[in-house]
Amino acid sequence: MDKTWNNKAWFLVLPVLVLVAFTAVIPLMTVVNYSVQDTFGNNVFTWAGTEWFEELLSSSRFWEAMVRNLIFSFIILAIEVPLGIFIALNMPKKGWGVPMCLVLMSLPLLIPWNVVGTIWQVFGRNDIGLLGYYLNAIGIDYNYVQDPFDAWVTIIVMDVWHWTSLVVLLCYAGLVSIPDAFYQAAKIDGASRWAVFRYIQLPKMQRVLLIAVLLRFMDSFMIYTEPFVVTGGGPGNSTTFLSIDLVKTALGQFDLGPAAAMSLVYFLIILLLSWVFYTVMTNYDAER
Amino acid sequence: MARIDVNHIRHSYLPNPQKDADFALREVHHTFEDGGAYALLGPSGCGKTTLLNIISGLLHPSHGQLLFNGRDVTGLSTQERNIAQVFQFPVIYDTMTVYDNLAFPLRNRGVPEADVDRKVRETLEMIDLASWAKKKARGLTADQKQKISLGRGLVRSDVNAILFDEPLTVIDPHMKWVLRSQLKQLHRRFGYTMVYVTHDQTEALTFADQVVVMYDGGIVQIGTPAELFERPRHTFVGYFIGSPGMNVMPVAIDGKTATLGSQRIELPGAPKAAGGAVELGIRPEYVRLGRDGMAVSISKVEDLGRHKVVRAKLEGRDIAAVIGEDETVPAEPKMRFDPAGINIYADSWRVEMGA
Ligand SMILES: Nc1ncnc2c1ncn2[C@@H]1O[C@H](COP(=O)(O)OP(=O)(O)OP(=O)(O)O)[C@@H](O)[C@H]1O
Ligand SMILES: [Mg+2]
Repeated sequence: MDKTWNNKAWFLVLPVLVLVAFTAVIPLMTVVNYSVQDTFGNNVFTWAGTEWFEELLSSSRFWEAMVRNLIFSFIILAIEVPLGIFIALNMPKKGWGVPMCLVLMSLPLLIPWNVVGTIWQVFGRNDIGLLGYYLNAIGIDYNYVQDPFDAWVTIIVMDVWHWTSLVVLLCYAGLVSIPDAFYQAAKIDGASRWAVFRYIQLPKMQRVLLIAVLLRFMDSFMIYTEPFVVTGGGPGNSTTFLSIDLVKTALGQFDLGPAAAMSLVYFLIILLLSWVFYTVMTNYDAER
Repeated sequence: MARIDVNHIRHSYLPNPQKDADFALREVHHTFEDGGAYALLGPSGCGKTTLLNIISGLLHPSHGQLLFNGRDVTGLSTQERNIAQVFQFPVIYDTMTVYDNLAFPLRNRGVPEADVDRKVRETLEMIDLASWAKKKARGLTADQKQKISLGRGLVRSDVNAILFDEPLTVIDPHMKWVLRSQLKQLHRRFGYTMVYVTHDQTEALTFADQVVVMYDGGIVQIGTPAELFERPRHTFVGYFIGSPGMNVMPVAIDGKTATLGSQRIELPGAPKAAGGAVELGIRPEYVRLGRDGMAVSISKVEDLGRHKVVRAKLEGRDIAAVIGEDETVPAEPKMRFDPAGINIYADSWRVEMGA
């Protein structure tokens, strides 16, 4: 493309750059600053070098939180993506059912995160929660406060309830853009239901699906509010994910140095993964 | 390959059709003979696509019955009917290669891979995409995509019929001509029953043995191109076929004479029972300009190269006449109608003339 370079354009982006500097870069540099120092309060800092990073990377607590987080992200993706596709495929394409389904699907997305956490925290309780009480009443021993497995099930179900709609809505948008002629041609060509999905519907959804996977992965990797409200990271450390661990370290123990080192590592991981996703997506686009 | 009987089929897209206007197909009753090449010709919205979709089973008619070789298939699915259909707009499977696109309908039916390969290669040759076989279909141009669509319709050899819904709309004129002659060739070689929808009359007249003219949800005339030209059964066919279309004017009939204002026109015979609104139709090709006959005033002469079209006014009505390239319009022109080209219509339908 032949575009003339015009340096004046930089003035237009300048306000944004300044804003980003104040809201992101400067706080980030503060964190970098903390991560290489030690403090005992009273604003007295001493140089610590890479001590916190070494300590962090050799701490089993960090790696356990990381593994837990990866498992969590993997499980919710493995459930939400196929389930979202399935629901989107079965949603009506025209008629009065469309607005109704869309509103129903959007509802969980409109609820603030801490409220979602509170809802499930109460919902799952053994004494007054609708779910907890009746599960126990029919003989299923369910107690998310004491049983790590139950705690995991609860937060996974909660996340699925909260976020599957996002996948559904994105896929649905892809599906409704398929002209009728494609389905007619598939019928003429004798395509099976599976072939219709594989060769017509899936290709149309592919791009939105990539976005959905990216969003859900990043979001679940940074999950904090909901498990914090429901389980507080417990029982034990069984639902302590990276961000919960981080907050525990930084605010709970006021270990600013290690917490800063941890934030940076955490930030780099997310940056790396985003980059991988971005590259995959753009390569995929270039192939087209 | 099959004979297709369309038995009193009516179709409405509305759930509770009441009046005639609610029907997209008011009533179609016609037989497509085994191995015939039919063109379905008509203006936009007259129900051509609807009729094709009913034949292929994509739509189920509100009323009526469909027979293939005498067997009732009204309730059968598209797949069971074994019909190939090419759509108005190109449909391709983006993620597949050109080759796989053509192989798709065969593989879905469990055709052995060796036969698939042979058929696909043949078809690729025919649509002139052989060198593109390995390419992904999504990068192709609109007319290449349309050729793939067409190819998928032609690749199956055992179909009951091939239906084409304006398959060449997005293809450039030269390629259009090439593909059309290939379709004709294919028809001659394999004797498929073919129905070809178009609203381009040249396309219809060159492709088909029989042209089916549809108008407002019904068939108004079926015939060879010559029949449609010489004896349009309905004034619509007169207007629609031919360029310029037939001249139609209201007249009064008395025995073997028609009266148009102060002019008297001799008819080749006495029209039988011409009640209602009576009109006289004559093609521009049968209008003669000379020194005797009815006085006219000339408004315009269009030179089309091979012939000239003369726009004239007779008794205040517009009339077109076609004259030869080297003929000239006389100074005080008079007009005559060649009796052989006169048709009489009552309420838009043609009436026979006695001796
Ligand atoms: N899916 C549909 N729902 C409701 N009405 C329809 C539908 N498809 C077609 N119609 C109506 O039925 C009538 C016939 O349509 P059809 O598509 O068969 O016309 P056509 O002869 O194929 O026209 P064209 O030359 O524009 O393709 C039109 O009045 C159209 O508006
Ligand atoms: Mg149509």
